[in-house]
Amino acid sequence: MEKNIILAGVGGQGILSIAAVIDWAALDAGLRVRQAEVHGMSQRGGAVQSHLRISDRELFADLIALGTADLILSVEPLESLRYLPWLSPEGHVVTSTDPFVNVEGYPPVARIIKALCSAVQPLLVPAEQLAREAGSARASNMVMLGAAAPFTGIEPERLETGIEALFGAKGAQIVEINIRAFRKGLTLSNANQTTS
Amino acid sequence: MNSSRLLLLGAEAVAQGAIDAGLSGVYAYPGTPSTEITEYIQRSREARSLGIRSSWSSNEKTAYEAALGMSYAGKRSLVCMKHVGLNVAADAFINSAITGVNGGLVLAVADDPSMHSSQNEQDSRVYGRFAMVPVLEPSSQQELYDAMRDAFALSESVKLPVVVRMTTRLSHSRAGIERRKAVAQNPLHAEYAPERFVLMPHNARRQYQHLLDLQPQLETLSASSFLNRTIDGSGPLGVVAFGIGYNYVMEARRMHGIGCRVLKVGHYPPPRAMIDELFAVCESVLVVEEGYPVYEELFRGYFGSPKIRGRMDGALPRTGELTTDLVASALGVTPPETTAVPEIVINRPPELCRACGHRDLFEALNLVMGEHAEHHLFSDIGCYTLSALSPFNAIHTCVDMGASITMAKGAADAGLRPAVCVIGDSTFAHSGMTGLLDAVNDRSPVTVIIADNDTTAMTGGQCSSASGAKLERICRGLGVEEAHIRVIIPLKQHLQENIAVLREEIAYDGVSVVIARRECIEAAARKKRRATAKGE
Repeated sequence: MEKNIILAGVGGQGILSIAAVIDWAALDAGLRVRQAEVHGMSQRGGAVQSHLRISDRELFADLIALGTADLILSVEPLESLRYLPWLSPEGHVVTSTDPFVNVEGYPPVARIIKALCSAVQPLLVPAEQLAREAGSARASNMVMLGAAAPFTGIEPERLETGIEALFGAKGAQIVEINIRAFRKGLTLSNANQTTS
Repeated sequence: MNSSRLLLLGAEAVAQGAIDAGLSGVYAYPGTPSTEITEYIQRSREARSLGIRSSWSSNEKTAYEAALGMSYAGKRSLVCMKHVGLNVAADAFINSAITGVNGGLVLAVADDPSMHSSQNEQDSRVYGRFAMVPVLEPSSQQELYDAMRDAFALSESVKLPVVVRMTTRLSHSRAGIERRKAVAQNPLHAEYAPERFVLMPHNARRQYQHLLDLQPQLETLSASSFLNRTIDGSGPLGVVAFGIGYNYVMEARRMHGIGCRVLKVGHYPPPRAMIDELFAVCESVLVVEEGYPVYEELFRGYFGSPKIRGRMDGALPRTGELTTDLVASALGVTPPETTAVPEIVINRPPELCRACGHRDLFEALNLVMGEHAEHHLFSDIGCYTLSALSPFNAIHTCVDMGASITMAKGAADAGLRPAVCVIGDSTFAHSGMTGLLDAVNDRSPVTVIIADNDTTAMTGGQCSSASGAKLERICRGLGVEEAHIRVIIPLKQHLQENIAVLREEIAYDGVSVVIARRECIEAAARKKRRATAKGE
């Protein structure tokens, strides 16, 4: 079992908390983990990405090779396009449809989705809406993790334990909201897989 | 959790490795990608209970010298910096190889190939060769952790500082780490050894000869290092893989079923016998280095060798960090067909945070500077460097820590008016004070704007060595006239008065300082979150 996952977003959107949950769950499952992240200048509102690799055998490189990512999980639609060269022919793209507009010339979301759909069959997630339904717009990350969960190679239950471990210090209510958000994403993903 | 493994960044593995190797103190100035080493030790409860000292130094030179002092007193010390920080600490570093050390002294230096967050991609291994000290370059987080113990032991056995070099990719990547049993700190044990530590010429000559005499021993030691080993294989092409170059070679080898021989080198000076052996059995050798082609150039020699492939003959790109794809291509693999990035994707460069005080400062400054037909704004290294980008396009230089003040001074000396510069509070403490003293001594007509946000913001909000009222006292002490040390608050509602103050001081024909003071909004938010967490 080996999974190469690219997490994409904008500095400050918190893709690293998604990574932290997957890392935790992967280690808990006795797997090996490599997770490269971006620190420094780009964190100030620039495009950021994390290469996350999990495997049951020794991993060498911290970076994913071109054309070998099993999953691109993007918390922002434009950013889901930026890393397509890394996607394997059998790979999946799961992206939020909520744009983060902080640059001039940001293309209309409809054009972004069209470009994405002409390249791959993405799973589109209205993350913020689902997160609000779960109790807080700030939990949209966990909606995205839930939607991507079936492609991570890790059982959803174990990821939920990871969420508990990560958010535990912030109190039971925060944990509950994030678990609810995760399940909303997961439900959407499962429904999508049965219909497609 | 089932696993006892700690999930650590490479930088954090260095920190935990040092703590478990009997560390007594860490000294550092923040710099990407090295900052997380010291931050980890500062956060570690274990380190606190062991009394490991860890607060930030003013700059890399003061950090290095303090680490050398701790080593002089017999204890194990760690000093951390980014690659360009070693330029600042170079005087202390090079000379500490001549004095030698007492307690183990390890320099952890993090290079930034591809310049993700830096102004160049210089390779610290060159400094290691220059100082003639051992350099360790582990290829994984676990190796980094394990290497720290070896580094301290090696430092004490050969009585030299030891460099642990890593690059961005390893420093900022996480992996599970198995810890080893910790060893105790050294007792306080300062020895009188003026014949080593007083570097007057008669001592320095002897010590330098001693350093030269040690070199064969250093090479012998690296032959038995766990960081150097041969991976069996066959075929006419062999690979020497340095540092994390090894990772990409092994990944490409497995992915594409390539069975070439590989020599992994992570301990310098490189093990000569192992290299000779590989060269003897291979028709050609690919040299894979993350950074400059330091050893490729040495292997080639002045007259060149057609046998050697690498960054210098185009097999690998001359610049930038390596990837599995680049190494695979150098091994003869045809690149895969990939999905192209659609044309509508635009760049998303970093920017100053919304509501950041620097935004208000540069808005005012652009209006005042715009009143002059020709205006040059000298600047420095920090978040405010982002004012070089749209929408501000405000600054015209950013070279090295502290250069804003001294370049403005030199330009003023040449006759440039106005000569204005912007520097952050932490950068001013790092390397701005001496430049301001030069300007005062020369009565150069410069206006120094200190953007005081009370933190080292770009690297994530570390404690600044000089901010707040301390800045006014420093400027007064350096001889800036009281009437020309002004403080403004960069907020929208103060725009007009800030413009007036800036205009007056820029017009003044002497040294003036304007301190633009407002707390970093990120730092303020972090403080608030911490306070709320404590309140609950």
